[in-house]
Amino acid sequence: MNPYRTQRIAFFLLFMANALILLLVGFVVVVIVQKGLPAITWQFLSDVPRQGMRAGGIFPAIVGTLYLVAGAIVFALPIGLLAAIYLSEYAKDNLLTRLIKLAIVNLAGVPSVVYGLFGLALFVVFFKFGASILSGSLTLGIMILPLIITASREALESVPQSFREVSLSLGASKWQTIRHIVLPNAIPGILTGTILGLGRAAGETAPILFTVAAFYLPLLPGSIFDQVMALPYHLYVISTQVPNVDEKIRYGTAFVLLALVLFMNLIAIIIRYKFRMKKKW
Amino acid sequence: MVIFKIDDLDIRFGSVHAVRGVSMEVLAHEILTVIGPSNSGKTTFLRMLNRMNDLQPNFKMSGTVEFEGDNIRKMNVEILRRKVGTVFALPLPLPLSIFDNVAYGPRMHGLHGRGKLAERVEEALRRAYLWEEVKDRLQESAFKLSGGQQQRLCIARTLAVEPEVILFDEPCSGLDPISTAKVEDAMVKLKQQYTLILVTNNVKQAARVGDRTAFFLSGEMIEIDKTDKIFTAPRDGRTDDYIRGRFG
Amino acid sequence: MRKLREFIIEKLVLLCGLASIFFVVLIFLFLLREGLAVFKTISPSAFLAGKSWYPISEPPQLGILPLILGSLVVTFGAALISIPIGVGCAIYIAEIAPKRLKEILKAGIELLAAIPSVVLGFIGMVTLVPFVKTVFHLPTGLTALSGSIMLAFMAMPTIVSIAEDALYSIPKTYKEGALAMGATHWQAIWRVMLRAASSGILAAIMLGIGRVIGETMAVMMITGNAAVIPHSLFVPVRTLTATIAAEMGEAVIGSEHYFALFAIGIVLFVISFAINVTADLFLHKRQ
Repeated sequence: MNPYRTQRIAFFLLFMANALILLLVGFVVVVIVQKGLPAITWQFLSDVPRQGMRAGGIFPAIVGTLYLVAGAIVFALPIGLLAAIYLSEYAKDNLLTRLIKLAIVNLAGVPSVVYGLFGLALFVVFFKFGASILSGSLTLGIMILPLIITASREALESVPQSFREVSLSLGASKWQTIRHIVLPNAIPGILTGTILGLGRAAGETAPILFTVAAFYLPLLPGSIFDQVMALPYHLYVISTQVPNVDEKIRYGTAFVLLALVLFMNLIAIIIRYKFRMKKKW
Repeated sequence: MVIFKIDDLDIRFGSVHAVRGVSMEVLAHEILTVIGPSNSGKTTFLRMLNRMNDLQPNFKMSGTVEFEGDNIRKMNVEILRRKVGTVFALPLPLPLSIFDNVAYGPRMHGLHGRGKLAERVEEALRRAYLWEEVKDRLQESAFKLSGGQQQRLCIARTLAVEPEVILFDEPCSGLDPISTAKVEDAMVKLKQQYTLILVTNNVKQAARVGDRTAFFLSGEMIEIDKTDKIFTAPRDGRTDDYIRGRFG
Repeated sequence: MRKLREFIIEKLVLLCGLASIFFVVLIFLFLLREGLAVFKTISPSAFLAGKSWYPISEPPQLGILPLILGSLVVTFGAALISIPIGVGCAIYIAEIAPKRLKEILKAGIELLAAIPSVVLGFIGMVTLVPFVKTVFHLPTGLTALSGSIMLAFMAMPTIVSIAEDALYSIPKTYKEGALAMGATHWQAIWRVMLRAASSGILAAIMLGIGRVIGETMAVMMITGNAAVIPHSLFVPVRTLTATIAAEMGEAVIGSEHYFALFAIGIVLFVISFAINVTADLFLHKRQ
C-alpha cells in the first residue's frame, strides 16, 4: 500500500484515540455539571443530611473532607518538603539515595485500599487512635507524601546551580543558601505540588474507609479523635448503600466533590502559569 | 607578605587530572594573572583557593594550600570564603534587587540594621564604579542591568563582604570592550586594598593589569614571573609560543 | 552556634529523606503483622488457590482464587483496551498534534487524572452499566466488562503521560535520520521511534496496569462483586481490592476474616512492589 495512505490512516486512528478520551472526559464533566448544578442550593451546602440521607444537605461531609485534607497536608508538607530538600541539596549519588527514590516510587504505587489497611492496623488499632480524623489524616498524609516530595524536588532542582555557587562563594552556609536563595525560588513549584496533593487527598475514598469515615453522622467533629463524614465516602454510600436516594442528591454530591478537586487543580495550574510568565532566568 | 602558599597541589576529578604538582606563592596587594589555553587547569586552580571545588562531584586533591599560614582544608570554609571572594566568568546576579544582591553577603554574616547595610552597600557599589549608575534604582531587579553593569554589581557584591583576596575567573569573557575597560579599571584601583588573582584567556588583558603572571599548560604551571618579564623574556619556549599566539 | 544549626538541619533533612523508606517498610511490616496470622489456620497454597471465598460461613472458607481471577479478568480486559488507545494517544500528542491541540489534549488527560475514582464509579454506575446491559443483552450490566472499560479509562493518564515522556526524550536525530532516508513520518514513528522508546513505553504500560490492579472504588461500584470464579467478561466479578474495601467494615478485628483481608493486602502490596520496581528499572535503562 502507498506509504502516504498508510500514514493518513494511522494518523486518523491516533487522532480518534485522543478524540475518544477527550470526549469521554468531557461527557463525565458535562453530565455531572448538568445534573448536579441544579441540586446546589444554600440549603444543600449548609444543612445536615436528613431522612436517612434521602433529603437535607451534605454540610458535615464537606467539613469532614476539609478537616481531613488540612490534617493530611499539615503532616505531609513538612516531611515531604524536607525530604525533597535532602534529595535535591544534600543527597550524594549513592545506594542510599537510589533506595530512597525507589521507596518513593513504591509509595506512590501502593494501592489506595492498602493504605486503608495500613492506617487501620497502625493508627486505629496499634496506636489506638480509633476511627478518627487523626487516623484518617495521617493515612492520607502518607499517601500524598510521594506526590509532594516529587513535585517539591523538581521545583528545587529547577533553581539554577549557579545561584547556589554564588551564595556559597559569598561565605553563606549551606542552609543559609537553601533558606534564602533556593527555597524562595522554588516556592511556586512546591505550592503547585502541595495543592495537587490536597486535591488527591480530598478525592480518595479507600484510605478513609476504615480509618475515619462515618456512614451517617450529622454532627460536626469536636476533636481530632472524632469520626467525620467525608464527601467521597458519602457519595459512595448514597450511590450504593442507601436505596431510593433522589438522583439530584447523588449528582449534587458528585458535583461538589468534583468542583472541590478541580478547583484545587485550577489554582495549581494558575500558579504554575503565572510563575512561568514571571520567571527571571 | 605571602597571602597564599601553595605546595605541590594536585587535583583530580574522577579520571581527569586537572592540576599537576603546582607550587607557588601569592603576595599581598598584587594582581596575579593566570593565563593559559582552555582546559589548562587555571580555573580549577583558582576555585581551589576558596574551596569552591568542594562542590564538584569526584573532587580529590593532594598537596597543601595555606592562606595566611593556615591550611585551608582545616579552616572553616565559610570564613575562608568570606576572606577570599570570587567574581565568576559570567555575570551571575541573584534573583533579588540590586540592593539585596550587594547586601546579601553582609546579611548572611549577621550584619543587620538598615543604616549600616545601606552604608556598606553604597561603599561597595562606589568601589565597583557602579554607584552613580544605580543609586536611584536600588530596588529594581538586578536582571534589569546591562551585562557590564551586572558584572560590576557582582564585584560590588563580593566587595561588600570585605574580603582580603578577590578571585576573578575570566570576568570579562562575556563583555564588550568598553565594559571590559571599566572592569579592568576597577581591578587596578582595587589593588590598593585587596589581593587580586585574575584568570584570563585574554593574554593582552594579563599584560595590561598583571603585576605578575603565571602560565598554565595541561594542568602544570610552566612558569611564574613579573608580567613584563613573561611578556618580554620568558624562560620557557612554550610560554613564548602561547603569548605570541602560536597556539591557544 | 552556626555549626550546630547546620548539623541539626542536615540530620533532620536526612531523617525526612529516610521517611519514605521507613513508611514502605512500615506498611509492609504492619500488613505482615496482621495478615500472616491467617496462615495459622490455612496454608498459603490453600489460601491462594482455594476456590471458594465464604469468609463468614462456619467454618470460614478463605480461598482467594476467585478474587485473584476477578482482578485478572478485569485487568486483562482493561489492558486490552487501554494499551493501544493509550500508546496511540501518546504518539499523537508527542509527535503529531500541533502545539495548540497538544496543550488541550494534555489538559484533558490531566483533568481525567484529577477526577476522584468514586466520582467515576458513580458515573459508570448510572451510564456505563445500563449501556453494557442493553448492548450485550445481559441480565445485569454490573460485569467484568464494565469494570474493564472503566479501568481502561482510568489507566489512561498514567499510560499516556509516561509513554509521551518516553517518546519525547528520544534524541531528535533518530527521527531526522529516518526521514532523511526517505521514510514517511509514520514509518519513522513505527519503525524507529517506537522501538527506541520501547523500554519507556513498557514502563508506562506496566504502571498503567499497576494502577488498574490497585484501583478500588470505581471497580467495586460497577463490577457486581460476586466472589465466584469468572468464566467470561460478561459476568459479575469481585476483585482483590473491592473485597478488602467491601468487607473490612464488617470484619471483626482479630477474626480470621480480618486476618485474611490483610493477607489479601499483602498480595496486593507485593504485586504493586514488583510492578513498580520493574517499571523503574525500565525507566532507568532508558537514561
